[in-house]
Amino acid sequence: MAKELMKGNVAIAEAAVRAGLNAYFGYPITPQTELLEYLSARMPELGRTFLQAESELGAVNMVYGAACTGARVMSSSSSPGTSLMMEGISYIAGTELPVVIVDVMRGGPGLGNIAPAQADYNQIVHGGGHGDYHPIVLAPANIQEAIDLTYGAFDLAEKYRSIVVILADGSLGQMMEPAELPEMKEAIMRTPDWATYGSAGRERRFLSSIYLDPPQQEKTNFRLERRWQEIKAKEVQYKEYFLDDAEYAVVGFGTSGRIALSAVRAARAKGIKIGLFRPVSLAPYPEKELYELSKRLKGLLVVEMNAGQMLEDVLNITRSQIPVEFYGRMGGILPMPEEIEAEIDRMVNESAASDGHPRDRWLARFGKMN
Amino acid sequence: MENVTMQEQLVYDRPESMASVQTHYCPGCTHGVAHRLVAEVIDEMGIKDNTIGVASVGCSVFAYNYFDFDFVQAPHGRAPAMATGIKRVLPQRFVMTYQGDGDLASIGMGEIVAAAARGENITVIFLNNANYGMTGGQMAPTTLPGQKTSSSPGGRDVEVAGFPIRTAEMLATLDGAGYVVRRSMHDPKNVRMAKKAIRLAFETQKNGLGFSLVELLSTCPTNWGMTPVQALKWVEDAMVPYYPIGDYKVNPALKELKF
Repeated sequence: MAKELMKGNVAIAEAAVRAGLNAYFGYPITPQTELLEYLSARMPELGRTFLQAESELGAVNMVYGAACTGARVMSSSSSPGTSLMMEGISYIAGTELPVVIVDVMRGGPGLGNIAPAQADYNQIVHGGGHGDYHPIVLAPANIQEAIDLTYGAFDLAEKYRSIVVILADGSLGQMMEPAELPEMKEAIMRTPDWATYGSAGRERRFLSSIYLDPPQQEKTNFRLERRWQEIKAKEVQYKEYFLDDAEYAVVGFGTSGRIALSAVRAARAKGIKIGLFRPVSLAPYPEKELYELSKRLKGLLVVEMNAGQMLEDVLNITRSQIPVEFYGRMGGILPMPEEIEAEIDRMVNESAASDGHPRDRWLARFGKMN
Repeated sequence: MENVTMQEQLVYDRPESMASVQTHYCPGCTHGVAHRLVAEVIDEMGIKDNTIGVASVGCSVFAYNYFDFDFVQAPHGRAPAMATGIKRVLPQRFVMTYQGDGDLASIGMGEIVAAAARGENITVIFLNNANYGMTGGQMAPTTLPGQKTSSSPGGRDVEVAGFPIRTAEMLATLDGAGYVVRRSMHDPKNVRMAKKAIRLAFETQKNGLGFSLVELLSTCPTNWGMTPVQALKWVEDAMVPYYPIGDYKVNPALKELKF
């Protein structure tokens, strides 16, 4: 199939349609809205369900209900709206239902702004909802990857009865790139042995996240944790660039990883042996791979569009065995490749700092400018 | 002595749509009556295998244990949204929510109004017992002016806590509503009227006439601090005057139905 020029939000929507999306429920919020708008025409055209909900609370609970029937379902939002969905996300996780949620992140906290950011890392990867649960989180860095990850997200969700979050940001949602779309599937309505679609010809079922008896709840939580162990063992995804002979590496996900690649290329052109490690699955995080990589490096630079949320995970994984530095832009501002390149130069040329937290050093360097 | 052959005649049995289990409801609570009425209607319409219920949060949180058909359990107030999700992907199924007044008229007001306005083709069984029963009898949006609860110990002061919400009247103003009525369960006559209304609500759904809701005035003897009989009397004397029994929205097509 030939490549088409597509906007990120539309590409994600069409990828979901082609993956057999049966029903979509959402609420308008910038910079995600085109996804909803596109599906408002596309889904009815195919005889599938589209509904604009009264709120993100409504949307996530419609998705919750529809997922109970075995239908392939999705919702999408952006940071403040995703915060509102956290209640439903926790319930969906507790009921063990396959649901795909797209979060096109924007600047925050609060109403913030509509520019791209990555500050939902903590609320998505480490769970913004209550209780012990783990969504699978996939972070695309370009539109082709957004299509491919979305297309595969539903199978992944159904395989593990899990939530899969496509964690994008406003720049990915809004930008246009040529990309290839996958094959079209019919709308998918499954009848797995847990789904509630009417009890004709079988015992009746119920789906709930309530386990009033604490030992039963604990048993369920153990089951969820064991399933997460399996996901961690099998579903890690990451990309490596110029790492074969690298002495240093940048770690970045999604858009910040993509921008960092330009900086890495520029540094390589100057003779610096540096590469890029880009986790694609933020949960499960490529822990082993990053740890093994770190053992043969002189230093790591973590680049994010937040105040160092993934940084904490990187520090944890690398176990303070090598110097780690951090560079972040916040509030809807993208880091420029030159800024990252300057940080690479500094890391390579200055003696490694051993004092304090990388975030403190970053704040000492940049915090006073604002 | 003459031989008499006794013919056994069954006059009262558990509806098939009710599971054969004991409920956790307090003695004298009308949840049991409401459950039975819903189950009888579902049996009579023969739609047990074709119905999906949505339980809410509150005393009826375990409704899924008592009804013998497919059920899901919603977050507090969100049952109409969950029901919408189910109905939209399975339009041929009957979808029912079973909600209390704290769930529906307070935390879930957004979801119920939106569902009614959309004309969502679902049936809502709405129990109004003028307090939060499950958490021990706190003030609800339906608590009457002056009514003492565990969070309005001096009686509901409308200057501070505002006024009760007449849900059926409010939802009936929405064009998407096909059938919205209020009934009570304080005596046999009203119980029979309630059952007929529940039947009409499901007929509304069956005929695709839009959103249907039956508000049922209910007792909460435990939290009201009354005997079951006193509680029934209080429904009649205190609740019915504030929440009149009546038909607030009836799609004209329902009057033509024969069943």
